[in-house]
Amino acid sequence: MTKELPSLEGPVCALPKSHKDRIVIGHGSGGKMTADLIRDIFYPPLSNPALLAGNDAGVVQLADGSMLAISTDAHVVSPLFFPGGDIGKLAICGTVNDVAMVGAKPLYLTASFILEEGLELSILESVVQSMKSSAEEAGVEIISGDTKVVAHGEADGLYISTTGVGELNPGLKIGGAEAKPGDLVIISGTIGEHGIAVLEARGELGFESNLESDTAPLNHLVAAMLTASKNIHVLRDPTRGGVATALNEISRQSGVGIILEEDSLPILPAVAAACEMLGFDPLYIANEGKLLAIVSQEDVENVLAVMRKTRYGENAAVIGVVEGSPQGRVLLKTVLGSTRIVDVLAGEMLPRIC
Amino acid sequence: MKYLAEYRDAELVHSTIAKIKETVSQPWTLMEICGGQTHSIIKNGLDQLLPDEIELVHGPGCPVCVTPLELIDKALAIASQPDVIFTSYGDMLRVPGSQADLFSIRAQGGDVRVVYSPLDALKIAQENPNKEVVFFAIGFETTAPANVMSILQAEQLKVSNYSILVSHVRVPPAIETILGSPNNRVQGFLAAGHVCAVMGYWEYLPIAKKYQIPISVTGFEPLDIVQGILDTVESLEAGESPVKNSYIRAVTEQGNKAAQQSINRVFESCDRKWRGIGLIPNSGWRLNSAYADFDAEQRFNVQAIEAEESPLCISGLVLQGIKKPAECEAFGNLCTPENPLGATMVSDEGACAAYYRYRNQPAENARDIK
Repeated sequence: MTKELPSLEGPVCALPKSHKDRIVIGHGSGGKMTADLIRDIFYPPLSNPALLAGNDAGVVQLADGSMLAISTDAHVVSPLFFPGGDIGKLAICGTVNDVAMVGAKPLYLTASFILEEGLELSILESVVQSMKSSAEEAGVEIISGDTKVVAHGEADGLYISTTGVGELNPGLKIGGAEAKPGDLVIISGTIGEHGIAVLEARGELGFESNLESDTAPLNHLVAAMLTASKNIHVLRDPTRGGVATALNEISRQSGVGIILEEDSLPILPAVAAACEMLGFDPLYIANEGKLLAIVSQEDVENVLAVMRKTRYGENAAVIGVVEGSPQGRVLLKTVLGSTRIVDVLAGEMLPRIC
Repeated sequence: MKYLAEYRDAELVHSTIAKIKETVSQPWTLMEICGGQTHSIIKNGLDQLLPDEIELVHGPGCPVCVTPLELIDKALAIASQPDVIFTSYGDMLRVPGSQADLFSIRAQGGDVRVVYSPLDALKIAQENPNKEVVFFAIGFETTAPANVMSILQAEQLKVSNYSILVSHVRVPPAIETILGSPNNRVQGFLAAGHVCAVMGYWEYLPIAKKYQIPISVTGFEPLDIVQGILDTVESLEAGESPVKNSYIRAVTEQGNKAAQQSINRVFESCDRKWRGIGLIPNSGWRLNSAYADFDAEQRFNVQAIEAEESPLCISGLVLQGIKKPAECEAFGNLCTPENPLGATMVSDEGACAAYYRYRNQPAENARDIK
C-alpha cells in the first residue's frame, strides 16, 4: 500500500439500520441476529443455569438425582410437504434430535397445533400419520397435545410446536462448552439436502434436483455412539444456519478455534450445484437429519466405525480439528491451501444478484 | 462438478501461480473490476498465494455497492405504497437507504419479494393484475439483457401493471474514471468476464491504447483468476498494453449480438451517479422514450427524491481501489454485515463484506488436519 492516502473526500454511506425496534425475517435465520435476540430479549429476564448453558436441550437434575433433558421446537415450514418429509415428520425429528444432542434418551413428546381456518382435514390427517411413523421409528410417544384454530390468513395452513423429554445418564457431560483442543469434528453425513429440497419444493429455484430432505430421528445413532466412546464432548444437529453456524456457536461456548478442511466436507453434487447457481454456501444450509460430534482424537475411529453401521451415519466423516486458538472462530483450509474465516450468517441468507 | 472442478484444480492453480512468480520482476498493482471476482479471490484466499509483488485492489464492479442512495430511497418510497408488489434480487433488501431498508419496509407490511429473475417478477405481475409490480433493475451489462427481456415480454403480452426501477451502469466509463483520477494506482485490469460475455471486449481496445494499460478479460473460478493475473503480469513485464482474452470459454471480441440488440432497443445511454464515486457521464442506461411507460420512476412520480450521503464510511475509496476495507476505522466494529454502514458491506460481492466474512482475523493459526 502507498504510505500517503488521500483525505476522505466524497464519502458516501448511509446511516446503519440496526433493526432494534421491530422483528425482521433475519431474526429467524439462526445466525447472528437470532443470537442477538436471544441474548438481549430472552436471557436477561429468564436467566437460569440450564437456559444459559445454551444447548439444544435444557438439562435439569431432579431431587432423586436423576437427570432430565427437555427441549421445544416450533415448526413453520412451507410447503407442508416436501421431498423426503413433511411438517409432521420434522416436528417429531426436530425435537427428538434436540433432546438427543445432550446425550439423553428421548421418551415422551407433547405437540400443539395452530391450524388455519380452511385447512383441509385430509392434510392434517396425513401430517398426523407422518408424526406417528416418525415417533415409532424414534421410539417415543406423544402423550399430550393442544389445538388452536386461527382465522383464515392469520397462519400459513398449519404450525406445529413439539416439546420433548428424555432421561440422561448423570455421568454424561455433553454440551457446547465441552470441546477441547485436539478433539476432532465429525459430521454424520452429507450436508445441505434439507434446505435445498425445501427451497425446491417451494418452486422458487426454477430447476429440479431430485434432492430429498434428510429429515430423520438421530437418537438411535446417538445411543450407538455413546456405546463406542465415553469421550464424546459435543453433539449438535446443524439445522437452521447449517454447519457453519453450529460450529461457530460451539467455538464460542468452548473458547476454542475450529479448523475445517474444505476437501473433507461431504456434499452431494446436486447440493453443490444448486448452491453454485444460487450463490449459497452449503455450510450455511439447514440439515434435519445430521449431527456434528466433537470427540477425543483417540476415540474417533471407534465412533466412526459404529456410526457407519447405522442407517443415518453411513457417510460419517472427520471434517475438522479443534485448536486452542483463534478462540471463538471457525476457519476453513481451502483445497488451494489458503485459509478463510467461516463466520455466522448475519441475517437471512440472500441470493446474490449475479 | 463437471466444468467447475477443472477450474478449481489445486495443482493447475499452483502451477499458474508458479509461472506468475517466474514472470514477475517488480511490484504491480492490478484491479479486478467485478465484485464476483473479489468474492472469489477472498473466498479462495488467492491473494495469500500470490507473490508479494502483486497487489490486488478491488474495483467498483458490485452492482449493489454502486447503486446510489437516492435510488434506494426511491425503491423504498415505491415499496411502501399500497397495492404495490416490489420485487428485487435478494441482496438489495439489506442495503440501507436514508431512513430504512427494504427489509424494514417488509416488516412494516410492504409486499417486498425476492426473485431470481425479472421474468419471475413479470410472472407475478400477470398473476396479480390488480397490483402494480415493480422490479428493481440494477446491475451492470450482465443483468441488462434479462431486464430488457422482461420489458419486451411485458410489451408483447400487454402486461400493463409491470414496471422497472432502473439503475444500470456500465464498466468501460468506470475504468476510464479510475484511470483519469490523479490518485490512480492501477497498472493493469482484470476485466469482468460476465460483462464481456454480453458486450464482448471491443470496447476495451481503445481504452487500453489511450491509457497504455493492459486489460485481461477474466473469469471467476480460481484458475480463471490466476490465469488473468498471469496474462496481465506478462503484458506489464513486457511493457505492452494489449487486451487479452483469458476467459475464452465464455467471451468473444464481439460478445452476444442478440443481447446487445435487445439492450439497444429498450435502453439509451445516460449519466449515472455511482454510490461512492459520484456522477460519471454516459456511464449508464435508462429506458428510452419508446419504453418510458415501463419506467417506475415516472409511474410512481419519485423522480424528485434526492438523498445526501452521510460522511461515515469510505466505500467510495474502496470502490476506486484507493483503500482496502481494513483501512476503514469503522470496519468490523461500527460496520458489519448485519449492521452495514455502506453498501460494500452489504452484498456478498462487496469488498468489505468479503473481507469481513473471510478475513476478519488473521489466519496464521490454521494448521494441517490429518
